[in-house]
Amino acid sequence: MIWTIRKSALSAAVSGAAFFAAMPASAQVEIEYWQYFFEARVTAMDQLIENFEAANPGITVNMTHFPYADYRTRTAVAIPAGEGPDVVQLFYGWLNDYIEAELIQPLPADVFPVEEINADFFPMVQAMEVGGQYYALPTAVRSLALFYNRRLFEAAGIENPPATLEELVETAAALTERDGAGNITQVGITTGMTAQDHHWWREVLIRQFGGEPYLDDYQTVNYNTEAGLAALDFYTSLEDEHGVTASGFMDEPQAAFRAGRAGMHIDGSFRIGALNDTRGLDWGVAELPAGPDGTQSNYSSYWVNAITTKAEGERYDASVLFMDYITSPEAMQIWLEVVGELPARVDVGMTEENANDPVYGPFIRGLEYAHTTIFADESAQRQIVMDMVARTDIEDQPLADSLAVAAEAEQELLSEYYNR
Amino acid sequence: MQFYRNLTITQKRTVWAWGFLAVPILFYVIIRFYPTGNAMIISFQEWNLLGDRTWTGFDNYVTLVRDPVFWQVFGNTFMYLLLGTPISLVVSFVIAYHLDKVRFAHGFLRALYFLPFMTSAVAMAWVWRWFYQGVPIGLFNNALASVGIAQIEFLNSTTNALPAILAPAVWAGLGFQIIIFMAGLRAIPRSYYEAAQIDGVSSWTVLWEITLPLLRPTIVFIVVFSSIGFLRIFDHVFNMTTNNPGGPLNSTKPLVLMIYETAFASFDMGYAAAQTVVLFLVLLVVSLLQLRLLRDR
Repeated sequence: MIWTIRKSALSAAVSGAAFFAAMPASAQVEIEYWQYFFEARVTAMDQLIENFEAANPGITVNMTHFPYADYRTRTAVAIPAGEGPDVVQLFYGWLNDYIEAELIQPLPADVFPVEEINADFFPMVQAMEVGGQYYALPTAVRSLALFYNRRLFEAAGIENPPATLEELVETAAALTERDGAGNITQVGITTGMTAQDHHWWREVLIRQFGGEPYLDDYQTVNYNTEAGLAALDFYTSLEDEHGVTASGFMDEPQAAFRAGRAGMHIDGSFRIGALNDTRGLDWGVAELPAGPDGTQSNYSSYWVNAITTKAEGERYDASVLFMDYITSPEAMQIWLEVVGELPARVDVGMTEENANDPVYGPFIRGLEYAHTTIFADESAQRQIVMDMVARTDIEDQPLADSLAVAAEAEQELLSEYYNR
Repeated sequence: MQFYRNLTITQKRTVWAWGFLAVPILFYVIIRFYPTGNAMIISFQEWNLLGDRTWTGFDNYVTLVRDPVFWQVFGNTFMYLLLGTPISLVVSFVIAYHLDKVRFAHGFLRALYFLPFMTSAVAMAWVWRWFYQGVPIGLFNNALASVGIAQIEFLNSTTNALPAILAPAVWAGLGFQIIIFMAGLRAIPRSYYEAAQIDGVSSWTVLWEITLPLLRPTIVFIVVFSSIGFLRIFDHVFNMTTNNPGGPLNSTKPLVLMIYETAFASFDMGYAAAQTVVLFLVLLVVSLLQLRLLRDR
C-alpha cells in the first residue's frame, strides 16, 4: 500500500493559488520523494520538506513511503515507467545496481563539487563517488560503539568501560556469571556474528591486528592472512578460551543486553532508540576498544539520497535544490535530533556539543576512523562470516581452515558479482 | 441480442455456464498461470529486479547442479518429508483411534488437539524457539538444568536443529489430520465390526484387517496432503532461525527458504526461478504419484 503524505491538501491548494497569482504561470514544480517507512525518518523528512518548501515557494515535494521489503521492487518498476520518484533514498550498498540499471544520475558537479564533498563529509562517504562523480549523498550515517550496563559495572566494581581489547577481556571476565553447573547466566560481552559482530570482525578487528580486510575497492578478499587469523582467534577466544560469552545467549545479543544479562554489547547507533525505551536499564556508550597497537577503527553504513533518471528539466533543477537542502548542515542537525542518526558532515558531527554528547559522542567520534564495506550482497557475505564461526564452533574445524574456506567462498561471490 | 435469442435452451445454458466459469478461469490465468509461465522464462534469464533481463540459457540450472548448498537444501527438504509425514501420520492415527473410543469430554479433547492447527505458525515458531534456548531462558534446558542434566543444544546444532524445528510443525498439523482420521473411522460401517465380534477376532486383527484397509483413501489423502505441506515448509524454519535463516550451516534450510533468500536477499531472480521450477517439478511428481495411488484403489 502506498501512503502519500502531503501537507494538508487545503493549504497546498491555497499556497498554490497564491503563488500562481504572484508568479508567471507554470512556475509551480512538483517533485516526488521516496523513502522506506520508519516512523522517525518520515517525521524528520516531513519537517525538512516543510522547511524546504518555505524557502522555495515554487516547489512542492510529495513524499511517498512504503515498507522496506517492497522498496527495491517498486523503485525498479516505477522509474523506467516515468512514474517513480525524482529524488530517492537507497541503501549505500545498492548504489552499483542502481547506476548499472540507469535508475539514478550523477549529481551536478557545480552544486556538489567532488573536492568539497571529500573535505566536508566523513571519509567513508567517498564510497559514493564512482568514476570521478558523486551519485548519491547521505543525510545521516550510522556507526558502531560499545554499549555497557552501568549497574553491572558498578556491581562488579568496574569504573570505566574498556579502552583496549585487552581491557575488554578483563572487564568481560569480571562481569560474567555462571550457575552451579557452570552454565553461563550472565555474559560479560554479547557475541554473535548474526548481529553487528561481522562488521566488527571485518572492519575493526582485522585492521586492529594489522590487516586490511579487502583490496581493490572491496573486490578482492584479503583476510586469509595472519591478521585475519589473529582477529578470528581473538573473537572466538572470547567464548572458547576466556569463557566470557556464549554465542546465541538468550537468542539475540540485543535481547540479552536489554534484559540486563549482558555487561557489554557492540551495536549500531540505531539501537539507541530501543534502549531508551527499555525501562530499568541504566546504560552507557563508549568508543570501540582500540587494538593491541592502539589502532582504532569502526564500521559505518548509511542510506543515501540520489536524483533519479526520471527527473528532467525544471523537475531536475528542483531536485538538485532539494538534494542540496537535505544534505545541508541544518538538515543533518534536524535528522540527528529527530531520528537519532549521526550527521554525515564533519563540521556538524564534530561540534563541541555533538562530539561530546554522552550518547551520540562515541558514535560520532568513531566516524572519523570508520570504514564502509562495499558489499556485493550483504546478507550472503554476512552468511559466509557466520558459517565460518559456526564451523569452528559446531564442527570443530581449525580456525585457519575455516578462515580459508570463508575467504574462498567470499572471493567467488565477489568475482561473480563484478565480472558479470 | 438477436443472436442470443435464437439459441436453443441447451445452448443458452452452455453460454451461461461458460460465462460463470470464465471468472475463475480468467482469475487463474492471470494470478496463477501467467506468473508460473513467467517464472519458467525467468529461470533462463539473469535479472536483479532492477536492470534488463538477459538470456543466459541453461546457466542457472548448471549453477544449481553445481551448487553444493542446493543439494544440501534438497536433502533437507526430503528430510522434512521423510521424518514429518510418517511421524505425523502414526501419531495422528493413534490419537484419532483412541479419541474415537473416548466418550468423556470428547468434544473438549478434540478441540484441544485442533487448537494448534488454528494457531499462527509465526507465533508458535517463536514460542518454540524460546523453549529451545539455553539457560537462563529456555524452558527445556532450564528443566534439564534443574535435575542436573547437561544442556542440549537444540537449535545451534547441525544434527538436532532440523528435528527440533520439525517437532512444532508436526504438532501444528496434527489437529487437522486427527479430524480427517476420525471422519474416516466413522465412515467405516459398524456391521464389519459386529461381524468380527461375532467371529471372536482379536482387536489387533480387527485393526489390521478391517480398520486400516478401509481407511486407505483417508490415509492416501493425508499422506499426500502432509507431504506437500512438508515439502513446502517455510514459516516454522524461517521464524525459528531468522538471524541465521536455515542455519546453522544450512542444516535446516528447505528449498522454499533458499528460493526466498536467492530472490529477495540476493536479488538473483533467475537463479531463484530455476529453483522454483525444480520445486514445481518435485511437487508435480508427488501429485502424480497421488493420482496413481488413488486410481489403484
